[in-house]
Amino acid sequence: MLHRLAPGEPLGLLALLGGGVLALGFCVAAAAGIGDFNIPLRTVFLAVTNNLDLTAAPLDRIEESVVWNLRLSRALVAALCGAGLAICGAILQSLLRNPLAEPFVLGVSAGASTGAVAVIVLGIGAGAVSLSFGAFAGAFAAFGFVALLSNGTVSGPNQTILAGVAASQLFNALTSYIVMTSANAQQARDVMFWLLGSFGGVRWPEFQLLLAVIALSLVVCIWYARTLDAFAFGDEEAASMGVSVGRVRIVLFGVTALMTATIVSMVGAIGFVGLVVPHVARFLVGPLHLRLLPACVVLGAVFMVTADIVSRVILPQQTLPIGVVTALVGVPFFSVLLYRARNRM
Amino acid sequence: MSVVAESLSWQAGGRQILQDVSLRAEPGETLGLIGPNGSGKSSLLRLLAGLRRPGAGRVEIDGQDIARLSRRDMALRVALVQQQSTTEANVTARDVVRLGRTPHRGALAGWTAADEEAVAQALAGVGMQHAATRIWRTLSGGERQRIQIARALAQKPSVLFLDEPTNHLDIEHQIAILRLVRDLRLTSVVALHDLNHAATFCDRIVVLQKGRHIAAGTPDEVLTEDMLARVFSVAGRVRPSPYRPGPEIHFLVDAPEA
Ligand SMILES: Nc1ncnc2c1ncn2[C@@H]1O[C@H](COP(=O)(O)OP(=O)(O)O)[C@@H](O)[C@H]1O
Ligand SMILES: [Mg+2]
Repeated sequence: MLHRLAPGEPLGLLALLGGGVLALGFCVAAAAGIGDFNIPLRTVFLAVTNNLDLTAAPLDRIEESVVWNLRLSRALVAALCGAGLAICGAILQSLLRNPLAEPFVLGVSAGASTGAVAVIVLGIGAGAVSLSFGAFAGAFAAFGFVALLSNGTVSGPNQTILAGVAASQLFNALTSYIVMTSANAQQARDVMFWLLGSFGGVRWPEFQLLLAVIALSLVVCIWYARTLDAFAFGDEEAASMGVSVGRVRIVLFGVTALMTATIVSMVGAIGFVGLVVPHVARFLVGPLHLRLLPACVVLGAVFMVTADIVSRVILPQQTLPIGVVTALVGVPFFSVLLYRARNRM
Repeated sequence: MSVVAESLSWQAGGRQILQDVSLRAEPGETLGLIGPNGSGKSSLLRLLAGLRRPGAGRVEIDGQDIARLSRRDMALRVALVQQQSTTEANVTARDVVRLGRTPHRGALAGWTAADEEAVAQALAGVGMQHAATRIWRTLSGGERQRIQIARALAQKPSVLFLDEPTNHLDIEHQIAILRLVRDLRLTSVVALHDLNHAATFCDRIVVLQKGRHIAAGTPDEVLTEDMLARVFSVAGRVRPSPYRPGPEIHFLVDAPEA
């Protein structure tokens, strides 16, 4: 069975997924233990089982609450974001036939920042909920703009990418305009921080919403995994192998936009994960999507949880923006991968 | 299955690319499509395969208007090998041939014995078993072309459209592929540049010039000295081949005028 899943591959999919899920469990546990003050793993586990009503161990109330209410929810949100961004990247790279495609290529993050800035600076609406809502609305506005500009589904991948570039430029200009003309210093800092991404402030309600969106999207994506393989040689080849290209593009662009917009509206535009993780996953399990997408889920989740831990511990008493960490950790790793791939060719 | 095209017209980029083209391929027949560069052979094959909608006219496969067939139903009947296709993905040759099974498989269906059989047969058909695990991008042009043809064969179509399937192949494989196509006895429409190949392997030939359908018939009827001069602007001598049925063409490259 393993052989059939992985013909001629050095690493079986099941081995990778199994190992990845174990690693993810470990990372999440570590994320719940590590912080301003460290909490032993044993306490972490008991805090979790206590809250799931499986045990009733007497624990320090504060420690228990930090593990459950702050760190665990945050780690799980990070895992979902990493998974979601990685799948979006993989799908867009395939549909657009461009190895540089990533979740924000269709202007979603630029639109989200315009929406968020409109809320932070112009004060449209009030409170955290409307910040997310503003970002989400902005993200979809940008996506709609790209869809219109790239002429719906008939255009080629490059036209879609160019439309995304145009949308990003437009919405980034709007964002800058609003910040320059209306923001005070503190607001400008807030905006800057938001743009770089942060898991601060996410709790269980965010996790639940995100879980629903990512799980649903993942089902759709896996359903289309084989279809995505057929895009390897372009839209026309896919069509001649029986793929309804237009419908598939609409559905998958829509699903990736939904995932990206939800993620960006919660935690900001965290770069690099969606670009790099798919390439790492391809390197490990090959280009076929029924293997690639699950690998992206696991790797993206592990990567993001790890990056979040690093962002919290690297500076004393201060959290580095997560986007800075994903780039700092990711770039060297990616460089090694590129170098090895070149030697292998 | 028969393939019938009735007065197809197609415009692109503000130009009339195809004008009132009709053709008919009977079940089991190999139909050659010849014409100079830019005469519309590839465009016609795309219309026949349903990748483009004709501006006027219609295409019927086995008596059914293809405008009414879903993409998948189409792919279960018809396979197309385009003139050139490329990918950035690190897919193996076998992965590419496996893609041919796409219309036969559900979204999550496993890999069946029938799938495996079709892929193995297709690879053997084009003589590429030995290279199945190579990365497609590392293959030579001719090897890639043979893999694309294997991909089409793995689709198990009743109708095969091939766009210059031999243009990168050495002579051994040109002959092997065209023989394979002829002997499969599918209904095939093959765009060809080598007129002697057309004479050797095609039951009938259609000639295109500037998007118009100029002549159609058996190789003997179509491949005439007059046609060579009119359509291809070359001087040639056409004789019955002493070694096989059909005509044989010699080009007179240094003759002052035909
Ligand atoms: N999508 C298109 N847009 C504009 N012109 C096209 C398009 N496709 C083909 N053409 C033009 O149509 C003519 C016929 O092309 P083609 O069918 O590829 O010819 P052939 O395969 O016989 O060489 C060429 O002049 C080509 O430039
Ligand atoms: Mg052509």
